Parts: sequence; structure tokens; C-alpha cells
Amino acid sequence: MLERAHILVCGGTGCTSGNSNKIYSEFQTRLKEQGLESEVKLIMTGCFGLCARGPIVVVYPEGTFYQHVKVEDVNEIVCEHILKGRPVERLLHSEKEEDGSLKAINETAFYKRQKRVVLRNCGIINPESIDEYLAYDGYKAYEKVVTQMTPQGVIDEIKKSGLRGRGGGGFSTGMKWQFAHDSVSDIKYVVCNADEGDPGAFMDRSLLEGDPHAVIEAMMIAGYAIGAKQGYIYVRAEYPIAVQRLEIAIGQAREYGILGKNIMGLGHDFDIELRLGAGAFVCGEETALLNSTEGKRGEPRQRPPFPAVKGLFEKPTLINNVETYGNITQIILNGADWFASMGTEKSKGTKVFALGGKINNTGLVEIPMGTTLRTIIEEIGGGIPNGKKFKAAQTGGPSGGCIPAELIDTKIDYDNLIAIGSMMGSGGLIVMDEDNCMVDIAKFFLEFTVDESCGKCTPCRIGNKRLYEMLDSVTKGTATMEDLDKMEQLCYYIKENSLCGLGQTAPNPVLSTLKYFRDEYVEHVKNKRCPAGVCKALVSFKIDPALCIGCTKCKRNCPVNAISGEIKQPHVIDASKCIKCGACLQGCPKNAIVR
Amino acid sequence: MKTLAELQAIRDRMKSQMASRGTDADDIRIVVGMATCGIAAGARPVLNAIVEEVENRKLTNVKVTQTGCIGMCKLEPLVDVIMPGSEKVTYVHVTPEKARRIIASHVVNGNVVTEYTVDGEKA
Ligand SMILES: Cc1cc2nc3c(=O)[nH]c(=O)nc-3n(C[C@H](O)[C@H](O)[C@H](O)COP(=O)(O)O)c2cc1C
Repeated sequence: MLERAHILVCGGTGCTSGNSNKIYSEFQTRLKEQGLESEVKLIMTGCFGLCARGPIVVVYPEGTFYQHVKVEDVNEIVCEHILKGRPVERLLHSEKEEDGSLKAINETAFYKRQKRVVLRNCGIINPESIDEYLAYDGYKAYEKVVTQMTPQGVIDEIKKSGLRGRGGGGFSTGMKWQFAHDSVSDIKYVVCNADEGDPGAFMDRSLLEGDPHAVIEAMMIAGYAIGAKQGYIYVRAEYPIAVQRLEIAIGQAREYGILGKNIMGLGHDFDIELRLGAGAFVCGEETALLNSTEGKRGEPRQRPPFPAVKGLFEKPTLINNVETYGNITQIILNGADWFASMGTEKSKGTKVFALGGKINNTGLVEIPMGTTLRTIIEEIGGGIPNGKKFKAAQTGGPSGGCIPAELIDTKIDYDNLIAIGSMMGSGGLIVMDEDNCMVDIAKFFLEFTVDESCGKCTPCRIGNKRLYEMLDSVTKGTATMEDLDKMEQLCYYIKENSLCGLGQTAPNPVLSTLKYFRDEYVEHVKNKRCPAGVCKALVSFKIDPALCIGCTKCKRNCPVNAISGEIKQPHVIDASKCIKCGACLQGCPKNAIVR
Repeated sequence: MKTLAELQAIRDRMKSQMASRGTDADDIRIVVGMATCGIAAGARPVLNAIVEEVENRKLTNVKVTQTGCIGMCKLEPLVDVIMPGSEKVTYVHVTPEKARRIIASHVVNGNVVTEYTVDGEKA
């Protein structure tokens, strides 16, 4: 029977950690209890994007968007909304029109400025059902290329679209396919890079969790275009939901004869295997990834030869990022011109960003290239929490740089970001406010790359370590002004001499904060002061005796008994005991504690 | 192995099953009053009959939803039919049989079944 209502429960990693599995089973129980199970369809989907408001439940046909749903709320949704048609108002994610009526979800600030090309099926289909993928024109793009296009025709279409790699480098996808196509060999491979190692990034994971077949279909198209019969998806084992959904999707595709020999009876063979990575950042670098896929140590290889010439098992290999593949079926079905109509002159289409840090709407957003940072932060992201001021945004993760507040009107595309000393990266976008110390941020990213360096080449292994120590001395107030200049020189040395992209980009966060926030570094060095009050060695907590009313709250909050004083008398902090945790700040009714 | 035709058949079948998951301004909406008063008066079988009819006739542009009490309890079960571009038509005292006729006549062919409306009943 046709179900009159569809209940979609988000099964992305964010909402799953918010208990959406239990919400799903509670729906099952309650629907059964009310005898509704045959009229209502219950589906677990991929990510809706608005992770900050999770767990999310959407009810169709009305398209009612419920946020922060708890297991206890399910019964009310079933009895009120599903049975009686009365939406549960207190759970609605709603914005009102001027006349007081509810805005449609696509009109709300978070979704209005987005354009969902790659994420088109996420939060709409059940990722564990190949039939639902088929309903949205699934595997039609593959059918089209095999029945109507030559391999070169496919490559020309991708070139014409202007699609560039979404994994960080931004290299022309069509050109890459051409190189792999032109390499002569009886065996070739198609590889999908799903390592996604940037801290704070979850674009690729969400796409794999929400629409795994889209990636599989794109790899099949790539296989046809370059002449490969075997594909590998390299995905980190730390993404268990993505791995599981990929396994299910590959199994279903094989069952339908969509993967395997003589696909759909059209005479083309292609199959895909998964390779699980152990979660090393360097294994996202393409040559290290190839080594790891072969079962070797995850260390980069010298380039050239490029993978398109000599890649996996020494055979010509095409390697693209998950999101890059996510665009392919849409380019084939809607045409290169449609794709190229979105974006800026040299950056076409859309880009998915994982929005995190000091921002109200943390989550996953997909925007047309050329959208300004201001639109992302102020409109889509809903601004900075607690009325704080925007200070900078970090793009490109540990390989990227920061965009300071004065450049908030920068249009986001590959070339503009490079021009201001950052980079697109894979799509992490971390927002910082006035409480973030930029030296500390640079140190955080560098600590990550030092940790993740594979150690094969000296500039990266030792250079970054020394750079980290210098940064550390800045945060402790023991660095000199000459050290700042030395740091900068070392940055350029590491960039120019490292073997792979990890080392070549590791100093970027240091360089870009030095460029835009040099005064903050100088303040640490000259005045031994951390303006944001983050660097522990440079802050000290004191109680202003003129303001303190002796309420004893700070004394009770202090975990190390560093505060003394009689009731109704000014209190004092013993600096030798103080661990600078800031617990005393919280709760002081008179703002008497200064740092 | 599935052939191209078999895959297309799955697409078509799934498309109609999943039609309710998009919201399109051109859709026809059928709204059934499902508050306590509606349910007591027999709105559930009416709703089921409508859904069945929509499925049998493969009406992918029709959305069936419910609403709460609109204050005319003695006229329940109430069913609204909203065709894009025209005024809402409210049917009263609807039964599963009446519902089927409303779909055949009004939803499919655009002819309002006047005798089932408030004014029609009075006349
Ligand atoms: C240290 C390092 C880490 C990388 N991590 C990833 C990653 O997690 N995912 C990814 O797609 N590309 C990553 N890359 C980029 C890949 O080397 C490669 O450029 C990319 O997979 C190519 O695909 P694309 O052309 O579709 O972007 C990384 C590069 C470096 C240097």
C-alpha cells in the first residue's frame, strides 16, 4: 500500500551520537501501537546538514522539520502529528514570515542560500536502499554514458564543466581523466579518496553515509571513461557508518548486476572493493594512499611519476575525492553548461563545507562557489554565539590558513582563497571569535601535523618539530623578536623542501596568522601578554578587592583551593597554587576576577 | 542481473511511492480532518480509502495530509481538496465511498461534487 506519510530520521554520525537509532526504534514501536505501520513509512536517512539542531526528524508530505528530538518526544509526534495532523509546535525548527506564518524549510536562513547538488539526496533518500536511489534517476547517468557517449566524449563533457578536484588541490578533473585515459595499459584503476583527515571536516563522510550509490555510479562512469575495470574506495575505519552503508550499497549493486561483469547487459565490466585506512592524515595524500591500499606503509612516493601514469600496483590510476565524484552524475545528466552556470569564472559548481567552531549553526552546508564568507557566517551560520565578535575563519584545515575579519567579503573560490594566503582545502571551515588566540590556533594545527608527519623526509619531520617548539616559546613568553623572523624563514624552508603536500603546506597556518595577526605574536613576545587570555603561561588571575563582595563562590569553585578569604571580605588568589583553569570566573556575580 | 527495462520499472514504481517526499507548489492537496472529532466520526477509513485510491490511480501529484479540528465537528469527517490556482473545496460527512467519488470526479477530472459540500447538503 502507498504510505500516506513518510517519517525521515537522520542517521548521520552527528544525529546518531544524539541517539537517533533509539528514536527510530521508538517510532517503530509507537507506530505499531497505533496501528499505523502500514500507512506510514519510516526511513533512516543521511545528514540534513543542520547538525547543531540534531537529532532531526522530518515528516512528509508536509515537510515538517523537527529539531532536538528526544526519544520521549516520539509518542507525541505519532499521536499528535501522524494521527491527528497537528504538528508538535515546541519541536519545530521554524522561522516566521512577517505575517506570522511559518516559513517553508527551504526558505529558512540556514537552507535559503544553499544549493544542494552534491548533497541532493542526503536527508531525502534511504541510503541503504538502492531502489530509492534509482527513484531519483539513479544509475541513469551511467546508462547514458555507456549507451550514448564515447569515453572521450565523457571526458570532454567533464572538462567543459570546469569541475576541479574537491580534495584540496583543485586540479581540473577533466584533465586528470584525460591523462589516465591517455596512459596505455591493459589494467587501470579508479580510486576514491575517502580518507578525510582534516580535523573538523565531515563532508565526505556525510556524502558516503547519505548517498553512497552516487559515489559508486561516478566511479563506474570514470572506469568507462579511462578504461578501468576495478575501483577501490579508501575510507578510514573511523567512519563505521560510512563503511557499513558502502558495503550495503556495493552488495545491492552487485545483486542488481550494476557492479560486476556485463553491467545491465551493456558489455562493460566494473567492480569496487573497499580498503580501510587506520586514520593517518598522510594517507589522504594520494601517493601515500596508494601505498597503503597496496598494503604497504602509508608513506608518500616521489612525484612524478604521477598516479595517472604509474599508480596503484604500478598501473595508471585515476584518484579523485569523494565530493568530486559526487558531482559527476549531475554533470552527465544535466550537462556541462548547467554545471558551469554555477560559480565563478574559474571555480564552477558548488562546494560543501563543514561549518564548525564559534558559530550558531554548526553543520554541513553546500553553497555555490563565489558565495561570500559573510553570507556563510552571518546568514547560513546564524552568526557567532553569545554576541561575540567574529575574528577569523580557518579554511583548508592544517594545510590552510585563516581569513581575517576584514576580508569577510571575500568571495569563496579556489583562486581568491590562494590569493589571500589560505586555500579551499577539502572544506573544513572553522570560525573563531575574539576569545581565540591566533598563536594558539597556529600551534594547534602544527601540533597536529607534527603528530601526523610520516617521518620519511627531514624538512617535515624535524623542521615542523622545531617550528612547533618556537611557537610554543611564543605562547610561553620566552621568544624574542628575532625568533619571529627565524620562524618565518623556517616556514619557507619547510614548504620548499618537503617531499609531499603534508610538509609543503604544514607551515601555512603559521604564515597566515603571522601575516594577519602579527601584532598578536608581538604582544606575546614583547609584553608577555596573550590578548585573548588563552595562553596559560601568560595569564594570571587576580581578584579586584574593590569589586569583590566576599560571597565565597569562587573559593568553592576553585578545584585546587588556591583562593582564600573570609565571608564578606575580599578574597585573594594564591598564584603559586593557581592552575589557571578559569573556574573562578564562572559564577562571579560582580565580575571581580580579572586576567 | 537486472535489464535496463527492469531498472526503469523500479524507478517508476519507487518514484510514485516517494512522491510525497518533495513539496511542489503545483501539487493537489487533499486534507483530512483527523482530530478526535474526525476520528470518532470515521475519518480513519476515509483517509485510508483516499490513500488507496491515489495509489491505484497513480496520482503522483497528489499529497494527502491531515489536519486538526477546524471547529465544525458535527460535519465531520471533513475533507478539503485544494487544486492549485483554485479555491479550497470542503466536503462534509465524507464516507470512504464518497471519498472515492470525490477523487474520480474532482481530483482527476476537475468537477466539484457539489452535493457533498456544505451548501450542496443543505440544498
Ligand atoms: C597531507 C595531505 C592529506 C590529504 N588528505 C586528503 C583527503 O583526506 N581527502 C582527499 O580527497 N584528498 C586529500 N589530499 C589530496 C590528495 O592528495 C589528492 O590531491 C586528491 O585526492 C585528488 O582528488 P581530487 O582531484 O578529486 O581533489 C591530501 C593531500 C595531502 C598533501
